[in-house]
Amino acid sequence: MNDSATMLRRNLKRAIRYPGLTLIVAALPIVFLLLFVYVFGGTLGAGLGLPSGGRAEYLAYVVPGILVLAITGGAQGTAIGIAMDMTEGIIARFRTMSIARASVLTGHVLGAVIQTMVGLALVVAVALLIGFRPDANAVEWLAVIGVLTMTSFALSWLSVAMGLWTKTVEAASNLPMPLMLLPFLGSGFVPVASMPAGLRWFAENQPFTPIIETVRGLLTGTAIGSSATVATAWCAGIALAGYLWARRTYERRPAR
Amino acid sequence: MHPTAAIEVTGLRKSFGTKAVLDGLDLSVPEGTVFALLGPNGAGKTTTVDILSTLTPADGGEVRIAGHDLHREPEAVRAAIALTGQFSAVDNLLTGRENLRLMSDLNHLGRQQGRRRAAALLERFDLAEAADEVPATYSGGMRRRLDLAMGLMADPRVVFLDEPTTGLDPRSCRAMWDVVRGLVADGVTILLTTQYLEEADQLADRIGVLDAGRLVAEGTAGELKRMVPGSSVRLEFAGPEPLARAATALGVPPAEEGALALEVPGDGSVATLKSLLARLDDAGVDVAGLTVDTPDLDDVFLALTGRPTPAEVTARARWHSP
Repeated sequence: MNDSATMLRRNLKRAIRYPGLTLIVAALPIVFLLLFVYVFGGTLGAGLGLPSGGRAEYLAYVVPGILVLAITGGAQGTAIGIAMDMTEGIIARFRTMSIARASVLTGHVLGAVIQTMVGLALVVAVALLIGFRPDANAVEWLAVIGVLTMTSFALSWLSVAMGLWTKTVEAASNLPMPLMLLPFLGSGFVPVASMPAGLRWFAENQPFTPIIETVRGLLTGTAIGSSATVATAWCAGIALAGYLWARRTYERRPAR
Repeated sequence: MHPTAAIEVTGLRKSFGTKAVLDGLDLSVPEGTVFALLGPNGAGKTTTVDILSTLTPADGGEVRIAGHDLHREPEAVRAAIALTGQFSAVDNLLTGRENLRLMSDLNHLGRQQGRRRAAALLERFDLAEAADEVPATYSGGMRRRLDLAMGLMADPRVVFLDEPTTGLDPRSCRAMWDVVRGLVADGVTILLTTQYLEEADQLADRIGVLDAGRLVAEGTAGELKRMVPGSSVRLEFAGPEPLARAATALGVPPAEEGALALEVPGDGSVATLKSLLARLDDAGVDVAGLTVDTPDLDDVFLALTGRPTPAEVTARARWHSP
């Protein structure tokens, strides 16, 4: 635990000193938020099938999707970060030291979760600034933070594994790309009911849809149903698989 | 089995694919001594260090370090060792001091103790002025010293130095040697790999010559040098007349037909040169030029294996008189 805390401090110090990657990760979803609300929002809002469809309604609809998109962007940054770290000689030093083996990885995951949550706070701030008015109370906000943290934690383990598994930094930046598509192929940007049958089946059964539906329900009061449970199960599964994959890859990776 | 051996290696084997890199390596390093593993690129030096420092698993053989079995107690081994490699193992985004503090945290030193030890090491390794800068601004020698200082934060009993001076300029090289001598004075056991006989000569109590994954010779620097055709001093003269007189005075034939030079066997030390020049002075001969040829790794290697080193490795020390 001590060693993981030390590694977390190392990663945060590096992130604060060289914030470029963090800022890019936060900037992209904000651009998407503005793009979707102001360019597509008028038309897409009318198609939501609500009594009063328009730009404001679409803003309320799309924020959970943008938040999850931001988490996948963070996952890409995490994969790049660990792949770059693996090229540094200091990793070989860590391996020759009497420290908890997984602490290097845990430090990256916890650092990534904190960075992502800071990025999400920025996204929410911009959303509020342009007129997003959620009806969530304090408890619901806490639950939103909980769901997003859980999602970020799961995707961070997966992206750490991806970053370790790829041989180059370039490959590490490409591998998590499909993750960024998933919010679009779910209920992130349009209701799944509007999709053709096959795509709709995929959208309903992929992990991001229940996560998005849970956040949406907490923020704007739409029905959550079993989404929260399904989302938690997905996150637990992804986190465990990512953790095992990452540990195994880290152990097997040649030292230099 | 040596009771006080800090490093005990028996029959160490390692292959990458079908290529055997280590083929039954044996070595024993007594506590508090320096052992140099000398060999050309590709001889298996780095692989040996990687295995002994727990980075790479061996295919076979027994290794004990500081009394712990490498295979069964890797954590105990890690707690006793430090590694400084030819590839610098520092965090490039943290300052020198932060790098040392990171090591202090990972070694669970207290705040006070960690701070004190970091400051002491920065001072000792001549890094105090650059302590709050990132390693990108450091010279090669400074990076290497920071690297070593990071390893020493844990107060290791055994230190592995993988080609500690490869790529350094002569001044940084000498500074590194001084640092290593300081470690020895503190009672640390050191396993050093190098391509340079001179470095092994300067630092090591014993030297092992590694070739194709086996030790082909082991001994003190003096013992190894006696295995190779000795060093010689080449004297050049302005004309045939001083050449003839010098040849008579020293009792050696001219080096080659028609050349105005003599080859005198000798170790090329200052004392030998002094006495040589004194004898020529007594005979009233003027020396036009002087070259000392000392055996280098190539010569040792050629003598031991009957073939030259695969890589062109030259550290030939030549000295010309003005």
